[in-house]
Amino acid sequence: MSESHRALAHQFDDLEQQAEAATLGIWAFLITEILFFGGLFTGYAVYRTNYPQAFAEASHHLDILLGGINTVVLIGSSFTMALAVHAAQSGKRRALIAFLLATMLLGAIFLGIKVVEYSHKFVDHLVPGRTFTFPGAYAPQAQLFFSFYFAMTGMHAVHMIIGLAILSVLVGRAWRNRFSAIYFAPVEVTGLYWHFVDIVWIFLFPLLYLIGRH
Amino acid sequence: MSHPTVSPKLYFLVFATLLILTGVTVSVAYIDLGPLNTVVALTIAGCKTLLVILYFMHVRYSSRLTWVFAGVGFLWLAILMAFTMSDMRTRSWQPAPSGWTTASASWRADVPEP
Repeated sequence: MSESHRALAHQFDDLEQQAEAATLGIWAFLITEILFFGGLFTGYAVYRTNYPQAFAEASHHLDILLGGINTVVLIGSSFTMALAVHAAQSGKRRALIAFLLATMLLGAIFLGIKVVEYSHKFVDHLVPGRTFTFPGAYAPQAQLFFSFYFAMTGMHAVHMIIGLAILSVLVGRAWRNRFSAIYFAPVEVTGLYWHFVDIVWIFLFPLLYLIGRH
Repeated sequence: MSHPTVSPKLYFLVFATLLILTGVTVSVAYIDLGPLNTVVALTIAGCKTLLVILYFMHVRYSSRLTWVFAGVGFLWLAILMAFTMSDMRTRSWQPAPSGWTTASASWRADVPEP
């Protein structure tokens, strides 16, 4: 790396230092994300400990099969994202584009299944608001559960959509051959973001879908 | 670059382990363990998170500073949760005043008396 790379910003000594700064930068962002979702999880913890019975009953109205499939789909997309970073590290342009597209496809499948789940909730009147009806003793508390459900999975879905937008930009840049074995920091950083969104779902799935199933 | 390449084989191993743990967490949810159900579910989710962070997110092969950055996020989250919950669970809650229009007769029925 003796000669200057065109992607090297002037404030960095070399690409390695630039990549390290990029990694720390995205982690600083992810810390704010941990605390952003952490606030939602804390609110969830408070109300679930207050109304454990109502939360368990409300959880039964979520589709465990669709939620489970989505978990597998999202973990699969993390796997293809990791392979995309690996392809970028190895300087394999075609593999990079293929794995980025595979990640986008799996992300889109996740969102599609989410749309199906949401539409079921609208049909069943389980969306918080004036039409909310819950067959059980704890209707107001169940409405609280569904408020958390829509806020948490909704914010998660927004992060997925942003991730898909970033991935599509990466595909375009990979297509124009902007990445190489010595410069692939944008792919790596996007991967870190994508894996974080996966982690949020890893917690959302058991906490929303799997409570009180026995 | 700054970290050695993780082999696709290892990625696949992590991926397979994550899928197995997903299966385990679904199966365990159908077994009645009382309050331990939540503990088990969160432990499995924690293990999955650790795998994703260490291997998919390359933290295992990253600089010490990256370790610190990844760690403090969860440290602050732990502070947020611990102090909120210790406050919530140790207050002497007053009964809700009557006139809560949307509440059914079972309003707060599942909250133990202080």
